[in-house]
Amino acid sequence: MSLKIVVLAKQVPDTRNVGKDAMTAEGTINRAALPAIFNPEDLNALEQALRLKESHPGSTVTLLTMGPGRAAEIIREGLYRGADGGYLLTDRAFAGADTLATSYALATAIRKIGEFDLIVGGRQAIDGDTAQVGPQVAEKLGLSQVTYAEEILDVDEAGKRVTIKRHIDGGVETVTAPLPLVITVNGSAAPCRPRNAKLVQKYKRALGAQEKAQIAKDGAALPYAGLYEERPYLNITEWSAADVDADLAQCGLNGSPTKVKTVQNISFQAKESKTMTGSDADVEGLIVELLANHTIG
Amino acid sequence: MNNVFVYLEIEGKTVADVSLELLTKGRKLASQLGCQLEAIAAGCGLEGIEKQVMPFGVDKLHIFDAEGLFPYTSQPHASILINLFKEEKPQICLMGATVIGRDLGPRVSSALTSGLTADCTALEIGDYEDKKAGKVYSDLLYQIRPAFGGNIVATIVNPEHRPQMATVREGVMKKEILDADYKGEVIRHDVARYVPEAEYVVKVIDRHVEKAKHNLKGASIVVSGGYGMGSREGFDMLFELARELHAEVGASRAAVDAGFADHDRQIGQTGITVRPKLYIACGISGQIQHIAGMQESSIIISINNDPNAPINTIADYVINGTVEEVIPKMIKYYKSHSK
Repeated sequence: MSLKIVVLAKQVPDTRNVGKDAMTAEGTINRAALPAIFNPEDLNALEQALRLKESHPGSTVTLLTMGPGRAAEIIREGLYRGADGGYLLTDRAFAGADTLATSYALATAIRKIGEFDLIVGGRQAIDGDTAQVGPQVAEKLGLSQVTYAEEILDVDEAGKRVTIKRHIDGGVETVTAPLPLVITVNGSAAPCRPRNAKLVQKYKRALGAQEKAQIAKDGAALPYAGLYEERPYLNITEWSAADVDADLAQCGLNGSPTKVKTVQNISFQAKESKTMTGSDADVEGLIVELLANHTIG
Repeated sequence: MNNVFVYLEIEGKTVADVSLELLTKGRKLASQLGCQLEAIAAGCGLEGIEKQVMPFGVDKLHIFDAEGLFPYTSQPHASILINLFKEEKPQICLMGATVIGRDLGPRVSSALTSGLTADCTALEIGDYEDKKAGKVYSDLLYQIRPAFGGNIVATIVNPEHRPQMATVREGVMKKEILDADYKGEVIRHDVARYVPEAEYVVKVIDRHVEKAKHNLKGASIVVSGGYGMGSREGFDMLFELARELHAEVGASRAAVDAGFADHDRQIGQTGITVRPKLYIACGISGQIQHIAGMQESSIIISINNDPNAPINTIADYVINGTVEEVIPKMIKYYKSHSK
C-alpha cells in the first residue's frame, strides 16, 4: 500500500532568536533582521511523512508552502531531506491572510494537487502560535483531523485507517482515523533527519520562477541555465491564485474575518524596584527582608 | 440570540477549571453587553453537570449527552457547535486554549467563516473604526494577545463575522462564583439532530491521563529558570532552592527548548500562567510571552548578569549577578535565618 502524502510547511521568521535590531525605532518589526527558517514543527511533520514513505514503498511526499518567492527555500530543504517534489503557492492576492484565508488558499491548492491520502503539517508556526491552519484545512476539505500527533504508528494494509499516538492535556491517547486525513504534528515528536548530501547535490540548483527572475533582475546570468530543461525536477512549481482557481474574495486580507486593530510594541511598565549586587551582604539582606515581611518562611 | 457562549471542556464528569474561568469572564462580558451567558456541555453521563456551572451565572446550559461524545473527538463536538450556532447566532464564543479547544475552535470557525483568535491574554469590549470602509462598529470583542513570538501585543477584532471566537489558556482569567443559587435554564438536546452518525469516525483506542507532576499553578512561590541556567544540571540548583522555600520550579520557553527543563514546566503565553506571591526569575531575559505568564505575581525577583534584561523592568528586586553565585547564597542565608 503506497501513500500520497502532502506536507504543509511554512517559512517563518525566527522569532525565537530576536536580537536587539528586530524592532525598529518606530516600534515595527524589522523583518530583514530576522532569519527566515523552516517552521520547526513542520520539520517534525516532514519526518513523520518521510518515515511513512520508507515503511510504505512507492509512497510520495509532496511539500506545499505559501509565501513569497524566496519561500521556495522550504521546498529545497524538503527535497534535501527526501521529499519528492513541492509546490509554492505565491500571489500578492494571498498577502495579509489570517489563518482562515490561509487555510482557504492551502485547501484550494490541495484540491489542485488532487490525489492525496494524508496531509501532514506542524501543529503550529512560531510566528503566530495559533495552531489553527491544520484543523481549518481539514474542515475546508471535509476531512477528519488528528492534531497534536506524537507519532504516526501504523497505516493498515487496506490503506483505510491510520493509528496515531497524540498528546492530550495531561497525558497521551492513541486514536485510529480514516484516510484521507489531516494530521498536525507536535514539536515533541521525533526531530527531522538532516539533509542528505546526495540529495543536496541533486537539488541544490532547484529554483522557483521568482528566484530565477530575481537573479536576472540583479543583472546576472542564470548559472547552468541549460540544466533546467534537461532536469525538469530543478524547476520548483509556483502556483498563483488563478492557478488554483481561488476565489479572490476568500484570499488574503479580503478573506480574513479577523482584523488587527492595534499593534503595540512591547513596552514594559517599570515599577519601583530595588537593584542590588550578588554580594553576600546584599543577598543576606534580601532574604532577611523577605522573611520579615512573610513573603517566604 | 446574540448571547455570549462558553464551550465547557469536560474530563469524565468534571468541568475543567479553564471553562469555569471563562464562564466568569463570559458572565462579565455578557453583563456589560446586556445579553445572556450560555454554556455548552457535550459528553457522556452528564446528569447533574448543571450544579458545577450554574453558580458562575449561566443563564442557559445546553446539554448534549450521548455515547461517543466522550472521550472528545473533533467532528462530533464541532458539529454540535456549528449547528447550534447556526440556530442561536451567538455574538461571542469562548473556549479554553487547551488541546481540545485548539482542535475544536479552528474547525468551528472555518465552517462558520468566523474569526478566531488563539491564546488571548485579555478580552475587553470596545469600539472599532474601519477608516478605509468608513464604518464604526460598537461593542466588539477586543481579543488581545502577544504575537510574533511575543515581540508585539496585538488587539484583534472581528468586525463583520459572528461569533467572535477566542481561546484563552488555563489560569489567565480568574475563576469566581457569582451566586451559589444562580438559576439558569437547562436545555437537553437530541444529539442525533446535530451530529450525523458518520462523524464518529475517529476512535480513541487507548488513553492515559495522569495527574500533573507538579502544582505550579497553585504554588505560592515559583522559582523559575531561563536559558541563563546553562544546563539541566543548572536547574538542579533551582530544585534545591525550591525545596527549601516550598516552591515549585518553572522554566522559560528558551530553557525548555534547550532541554534544560521539562515541557510541562514552561511558564508563559504558550505554557502555564502563574500568579504566585513570589516569583524568582533566574537567568530569564523576559520575553513578553514569558512575562504574559507571570506578570501578575505579587513580588518578582530577577537574578540576571545582564543589567538590561527586559524582565528587570517589571521586577521588584533586581540582583545583578550570576545565578551560580547568587542562588547558593540564597539557599545558605535562607537556611541560616529561617530557623
